Amino acid sequence: MKEKSSEHSEDQHHEAEIVPETFSEAAPDSIFNRFFLEVSSLATFTLRFFKEVFKPPYEFNELISQSFLIGYKSVSLVGITAFIMGLVLTIQSRPTLAKFGAESWLPAMVAVSIIREIGPAITALIFAGKVGSGIGAELASMNVTEQIDAMQVSGTNPFKFLVVTRVLAATLMLPLLVVLADAFGLFGSFVGVNVHGHVSTYLFFSQVFQSLQFQDLFPAVVKTFFFGFAVGIIGSYKGYNSSEGTEGVGKAANSAVVFASLMIFIIDMVAVQITSLFQS
Amino acid sequence: MTTDTRAIEIGHDNKQGGLAVVEMEHVKKSFGNNHVLRDINLVVHKGESLVILGQSGTGKSVLIKCIVGLVDPDDGKLVILGQDVSELKSKELIELRKKIGFLFQSGALYDSMTVRENLEFPLRRQIRSTPKETIDSLVKEAMRNVGLAESIDMTPSELSGGMRKRLGLARTLILKPEIMLYDEPTTGLDPITSKEISSLILEVQKIYDTSSVIITHDIDCARRTANRIIVLKDGICAAEGSYADLAKSEDAWIRSFFE
Repeated sequence: MKEKSSEHSEDQHHEAEIVPETFSEAAPDSIFNRFFLEVSSLATFTLRFFKEVFKPPYEFNELISQSFLIGYKSVSLVGITAFIMGLVLTIQSRPTLAKFGAESWLPAMVAVSIIREIGPAITALIFAGKVGSGIGAELASMNVTEQIDAMQVSGTNPFKFLVVTRVLAATLMLPLLVVLADAFGLFGSFVGVNVHGHVSTYLFFSQVFQSLQFQDLFPAVVKTFFFGFAVGIIGSYKGYNSSEGTEGVGKAANSAVVFASLMIFIIDMVAVQITSLFQS
Repeated sequence: MTTDTRAIEIGHDNKQGGLAVVEMEHVKKSFGNNHVLRDINLVVHKGESLVILGQSGTGKSVLIKCIVGLVDPDDGKLVILGQDVSELKSKELIELRKKIGFLFQSGALYDSMTVRENLEFPLRRQIRSTPKETIDSLVKEAMRNVGLAESIDMTPSELSGGMRKRLGLARTLILKPEIMLYDEPTTGLDPITSKEISSLILEVQKIYDTSSVIITHDIDCARRTANRIIVLKDGICAAEGSYADLAKSEDAWIRSFFE
């Protein structure tokens, strides 16, 4: 019976809970222990994702449905935020550049800032707030109301149906949203430039594209896949393994946003290091 | 009646002595230092309705979650429909689960889906090539059998507690299970609705020819539905018998359930 327990443990969403129990029994409940416990549980959860993602049956319909909910439903929020971001960045940067007589560099500077860093980072943080918390709360609520158990009983692998689809959708949708955010940000910048003067669309965008190179765009887009994955996996992990009843739902949503945001900065830091390694 | 820890297969009524659909031998389950199931031995026969009584925290829900495979026992033997669960691979376990229905205490309805989608979900998942017409007729049949034919396009949040239980039951029955597990089916319901649910459990048993294991605190539900009752205490089967036998038990603690 014990052998079977380990064999079937992959089917159970209780798996991640069992690991921490064993650890916490062996060691005092310090902050460090809890931190490493959390990291080990998250690593186990992530490994399980990679194991399940390639195994049939594939949940294409649910993936499309989640992509719609995660991607399409975030378009307006991301678009408006990016537009304001581009506008504000341009208006704020103008006086400083004007002091050095470099006002003509404004479109180029804003474009590089938005494409390389501000677009991906800000969009990912907004994405973490909207999608990460949504996934965390939804899965936690399903956990509390035994919907995940019901799914398992009805012969569905809930990990594959709920987690794999959401993580994949988040990973695939964020890069698209970032490209969209970049476009809206540049448009906001164009409006910002025209607040204090007149620059034609052609002139603005030709300056923008002249200043951009492939190595600005490519690493910026690649890292957004990792941002999206981090948001999806952390939101799912927090929701899927939530406990403490309805209180746990709020906690899962909250900690999903906090951890995902932190992870975005860590990934960004690593990505910048790797990019500069290649550029040098 | 017996106070032995082992299930007694001697019949109290005509349902017993038939083919065993669930057999548990020396099943144990602990969560950390909390030994929930210490030594469970029981048999459920085909067509039988077994009620499990016990105080809160005695492991009643864990017991039926072991039967359906949501919780793995630490030790002991569990045979469902002639298959030793410990020897089953993942796919075989999924196949076995198709033959077991589970009505959750909360109904466990999928909030994001309508009543119809809730019912279609297990069908679409389990029999992927099922034609739409077959799905429609199975959905309508299940809804009729639980008396919810009018609510098909509503969402779970629009349903009352009793209706949610009925829908949960319909969703479970749609796959025509051989064994039905009920986790406190009447909890949170008014006495009239509780009575209706108890009657529905009996109806379902007749229509679908299922064997039932019912976890309940509701003694009226137990009286109406049970062919046999097992009382859990401290992780073991403390007593077993018919409603009438246990109500007259010499053990005051057991008698207290029926007073």
